[in-house]
Amino acid sequence: MSTNNDTISKTLIVTISLCVVCAVFVSAAAVGLKPTQQANKQLDLKKNILAAAHIADPSKSVDQLFRENVTARVIDLKTNTWATDIDPTKLDERKAAKDPKTSVKLTGDQDQAHIRQVSRYKTLYLVKKGDQLETLILPIHGKGLWSTLYGFMALKGDLNTVVGLGFYEHAETPGLGGEVDNPRWKGLWPGKQVYGDDTTNAAIGLIKGTVDPASKGSVHKIDGLAGATLTSNGVTNLVQFWLSENGYAPFLAKLRKGEV
Amino acid sequence: MAEATKKDVIVKPILDNNPIALQILGICSALAVTSSLKVALVMGIAVTVVTAFSSMFIAAIRNHIPNNIRIIVQMVIIASLVIVVDQVLKAYAFALSKQLSVFVGLIITNCIVMGRAEAFAMQNPAGLSFWDGIGNGLGYTAVLLFVGTVRELTGSGALFGLEILPLITNGGWYVPNGLMLLPPSAFFVIGLMIWGLRTLKKEQVEAADFVMASNTK
Repeated sequence: MSTNNDTISKTLIVTISLCVVCAVFVSAAAVGLKPTQQANKQLDLKKNILAAAHIADPSKSVDQLFRENVTARVIDLKTNTWATDIDPTKLDERKAAKDPKTSVKLTGDQDQAHIRQVSRYKTLYLVKKGDQLETLILPIHGKGLWSTLYGFMALKGDLNTVVGLGFYEHAETPGLGGEVDNPRWKGLWPGKQVYGDDTTNAAIGLIKGTVDPASKGSVHKIDGLAGATLTSNGVTNLVQFWLSENGYAPFLAKLRKGEV
Repeated sequence: MAEATKKDVIVKPILDNNPIALQILGICSALAVTSSLKVALVMGIAVTVVTAFSSMFIAAIRNHIPNNIRIIVQMVIIASLVIVVDQVLKAYAFALSKQLSVFVGLIITNCIVMGRAEAFAMQNPAGLSFWDGIGNGLGYTAVLLFVGTVRELTGSGALFGLEILPLITNGGWYVPNGLMLLPPSAFFVIGLMIWGLRTLKKEQVEAADFVMASNTK
């Protein structure tokens, strides 16, 4: 090692040139790979929407299936109508939730899913058969134990029967809370009813242990995740929140009456 | 360090001078990412790539690094490489990068990378340092895979996500041991592994730091 390395000028030259080289290298990688990364994200989202609605056809690509079956439309949670001026492909709900202009703040008792604020605009996905709405896919999210769970819930045209549910992003403990990804558990959801007599407060939720099909109200109950009480509570809370007055209930009511 | 050959620096870290088992470096990430084999493998590859290239770059400019800022210089190079690896994973292995999430970023703090840069790359030529990085990365990967195999098999009855022991929840007979999926179980597995390794290879047993005082009566 040469001795003159420790002079101030040499130190400055080395630091500055190193920083420039590293900065160029990192930026080049980030910019160059961005299109692929975004395409991946989009594809992942579409895959999850199709999975929640149980649309599968191995002979077709995810993109093709999505284009043929699903329409994305944005709603406005403040007015509970379609927001026709918002392009669903350009809407970034997570960004919108952070901006006071495009978000709705939730007060303590409203914030059942522990997410503090929600985007005013939400993208719903519709599967239509002719003119009839066959499946409506709602984006849902909320806190579990460690992380925010992001997912989709698909309802039948009656806006009450579950078609499917799935989470596409979470960081719950693998094997415990992470069992929200277990196909067997997800298979318990189809056919359940989200609302009882009251169509503003969802009755659906997870219980401790296994649901006895003969018991009262079993049509609203799902088996809890063993060893993951807090994740189970989180899932119940977030599903109930999004189906409540602060979530989609007012819009679903209008849709049921055919007002929107 | 005596004159090291290419073969030495690649093969030795796998069993004789394993970064986790002998040097006890990089334990933290070994706890976090070994609950399934697939994740462990990708993490091992990522660490190998980062260690190899960071060692190579650091060795290449080692004669120009001012001594009093050498750690910062090493960190900058390592951090840049980690970001690039993270971006590549996001672009080409999206599902896996979702599972690894924060742990790829945490390669920066993986003691193995820094340890090799400081202990080896600062004194050796670039080519040899590259292979030393590969060797240590492989040593790390080997341990990760071993721990991952034990944990995934006992914790979820599967290997690489393929069911080996049919689970009770899927109509089989095996009751998965949830403890094995939680980070503390990796301590047990790594501890047992080091014990086994040092029983086989006696020269790895370290001399005691102090002598136990005889019992006072």
